Amino acid sequence: MIPISYYLILSGIVFLTGLVGVLIRRNIIAILLSVELMLNATNINFVAFSDHLQDLGGQVFVFFALTVAAAEVAVGLAIIIALHRSRSTINVEEFNLLKW
Amino acid sequence: MSLVFFGYFGGMVAITSMLVVALRNPVYSALSLLVMLFHVAGLFVILHAEFLAAVQVIVYAGAILVLYLFVVMLLNVKEDDRYHSQWRIAAVVCVPLVIESIVLLSGGAGSTGHDSRSLESGPHGGIAADNTLAIGKTLFTTYLFPFEVASLVLLVAMIGAIVLAKRDFSESREL
Repeated sequence: MIPISYYLILSGIVFLTGLVGVLIRRNIIAILLSVELMLNATNINFVAFSDHLQDLGGQVFVFFALTVAAAEVAVGLAIIIALHRSRSTINVEEFNLLKW
Repeated sequence: MSLVFFGYFGGMVAITSMLVVALRNPVYSALSLLVMLFHVAGLFVILHAEFLAAVQVIVYAGAILVLYLFVVMLLNVKEDDRYHSQWRIAAVVCVPLVIESIVLLSGGAGSTGHDSRSLESGPHGGIAADNTLAIGKTLFTTYLFPFEVASLVLLVAMIGAIVLAKRDFSESREL
């Protein structure tokens, strides 16, 4: 069997990649894709521990995480479309209306 | 043997997740995220979570990624390098699917002894049926209230998306 530390390292790598993507990308769609990366990293963790501890709760929680991810994508993409309609760009550096 | 599968799926997940961040064109980013989601489904198969692997492919790759691609095409970000030859992507997507089916078939044959029983959907069927059955029972007994709340979350998200993306009448007359 594969040790659980391998899964933890893998999901750590994926989560850090998503975090870096949120921080360095300027395209707002790429930022949402990076958020998806982070959600998937946590899903890998949940399922790995669910298999390790022989508890189905982890898999059920991944189910709920999927639901929340779908809701997040729907609302986030609607916000992006509204932003694009008002500013005609999807570069986050152009959105400085709330900047202090 | 399972270490080889883990090495392949984990390596591909790591590489494609870095490609999601590194590629400049959002269409390519979304497509590499698609490849990554398929390989995460492969990891779920290794971890004996076959139902979640199916849900991952259907919901994530089938619904969420298509939504992303729709918006990328709708916003028309880059017109020049949006088109590409599609067979390479299809090949990369096919490889994890083939490996997943091999793992599923070999696991089902090994545990039950003969293949026909593992394909049946019943309480005494193969591993996949058992996993789905167990998740269903847990979901509708222990986690019944969170399940109902999740449906409410989806409803609110649907209404919110419609309200946010709706065009006003006066605005649409101007355009």
